[in-house]
Amino acid sequence: MRFFKARLPQLTLLPSLVLVAVSVYGFIALTFVISLTRSRMLPRFDRWEGFDNYARVWSHPRWEVAVENFAIFGLLYIGGTLVIGLGLAILLDQKIRAEGALRTIYLYPMALSFIVTGVAWQWLMSPDLGLQHAFRTWGWESFSFDWITQSEMAIYCVVIAGAWQASGFVMALFLAALRGINTEIISAARMDGASGPAIYWHIIIPALRPAFLTAIVVQGHLSIKSYDLVVALTRGGPGFATELPSTFMYEFTFSRNEMAMGAASAVMMLVLLTVLIVPYLYSELRHGR
Amino acid sequence: MAADMRRSVQRGVVYLVLVLAAGFFLLPLVAMVFTSLKTMPEITGGAGFETATILSPPRLWSFEAWGLAWSSACIAVACEGLRGYFWNSILLVVFAVSISVALGAVNGYVLSKWRFRGDSIIFGMLLFGCFIPFQIVLIPMARLLGLLDLAGTLGGLVLVHVCYGIPFTTLFFRNFYVTVPDELIAAGRMDGAGFWQIFTIILVPISWPIFVVAIIWQFTNVWNDFLFGASFAGPDTRPLMVALNNLVNTSTGTKAYNVDMAGAMIAALPTMLVYIVGGRYFLRGLTSGAVKG
Repeated sequence: MRFFKARLPQLTLLPSLVLVAVSVYGFIALTFVISLTRSRMLPRFDRWEGFDNYARVWSHPRWEVAVENFAIFGLLYIGGTLVIGLGLAILLDQKIRAEGALRTIYLYPMALSFIVTGVAWQWLMSPDLGLQHAFRTWGWESFSFDWITQSEMAIYCVVIAGAWQASGFVMALFLAALRGINTEIISAARMDGASGPAIYWHIIIPALRPAFLTAIVVQGHLSIKSYDLVVALTRGGPGFATELPSTFMYEFTFSRNEMAMGAASAVMMLVLLTVLIVPYLYSELRHGR
Repeated sequence: MAADMRRSVQRGVVYLVLVLAAGFFLLPLVAMVFTSLKTMPEITGGAGFETATILSPPRLWSFEAWGLAWSSACIAVACEGLRGYFWNSILLVVFAVSISVALGAVNGYVLSKWRFRGDSIIFGMLLFGCFIPFQIVLIPMARLLGLLDLAGTLGGLVLVHVCYGIPFTTLFFRNFYVTVPDELIAAGRMDGAGFWQIFTIILVPISWPIFVVAIIWQFTNVWNDFLFGASFAGPDTRPLMVALNNLVNTSTGTKAYNVDMAGAMIAALPTMLVYIVGGRYFLRGLTSGAVKG
């Protein structure tokens, strides 16, 4: 009894720890093990193939498309949300009337699911009845916006919809950080004759470093996980032109009965994410103490 | 004078950019709402509607599409609308959010106020759970739910969302309780309060800001989830987002765009409402935790 009483705090932590230990770390290990087997429809552990499945994934043309698309999507999505988010935050920080209303408008996409976002943008981007049709009806006959039907351009549609959804969140991060900057430093610089842009470039932007870091990590990890948006917006198409690692994983695991290949692709997604996250967590934990 | 001119031109440009950006962000919402309130001839530019576009306000207002989407649109083989799936999502959210938030609150309390050897390693390992791509757990989770006889059930889906919600809720509460002075806890102990009394009497009453953050976060994540719902739900337990995706992408015959958009609005309204009501507290709490550096 005394033993339990003394350990009560640790014991209350136990259920959560067991859940996370199994569902995060246990499952990561299991997925890795499955990626080394010849599992097709169901996991089976009677034949070991080493890293053959990884070689199979890397030599598959769809994975090649997925990796290339991920590079385009990841870079433009992170870059786009950072530029739009920072730009809007700086402009909103100029003592704007109706700031509250504007902020709400920039932010509401954050409340929506990627499925809703995908459905809405699919509709806007449809060449027959969407924006292209609208501009032509208004008299701009040569206006063309049919990227969603073109294999080469469809991935940029995913970027647009994704950036639309997430820029507001980045704006909120930067705005909070801007408001947290010590105003005395800025007025001191102004007294010294520094111009507006110089103040931004030399004082304010460097002071936003933690916000940049948070935004990059959050958006980077979202871009790796991103699955729903592609499913709702393009179904991975036309053909498999908008394939991402996440859609590759789902397709091979659940539709094509190539579970071991699906597991291998999932492991590679995790490795990519770990490279991004662990240095961040490490520095966070050291600062946080 | 010239300086005044330049200043007001500058202000004008700032406002212009902000308003244009607002237009860009409102575009999909406007298209969704307008389309959901139109009849099909007006959407496809039928006779009498030649000048109608995706962004023109409805000339002939109709709420028919909303009714269809709610109670009689066909999703897979059933033609009963989104109604049933809406309630699935409500049930899922109620259980998944309350359990994961309650566990996160207690975890955060222990990890910040009852420090023990190795607690920061445990916290770090929990934190990593926030960031994993869920693709890495799909296959084993499907097996586990099968073994537990929870495959295709709402209970199974609740379990999944609790597992992957705990890291987030623990992070929120731990970061919040770290800022609560330890003297408060010590005083409680002096008065003879035990582990649970300190938590319920001293901490819970001052924790409402972080409860708001954790609840809104979990609510939006669970409500908006698609991957887990698509992977683990059965035909009768499908959450709303999975049903919406099926509605929009598998409709046979002529596509009823107005019904699709009404369905999307029905799926979007609860989280938008939560955000409009509580968004301010949410952001304040979230950003103050996330941008500390």
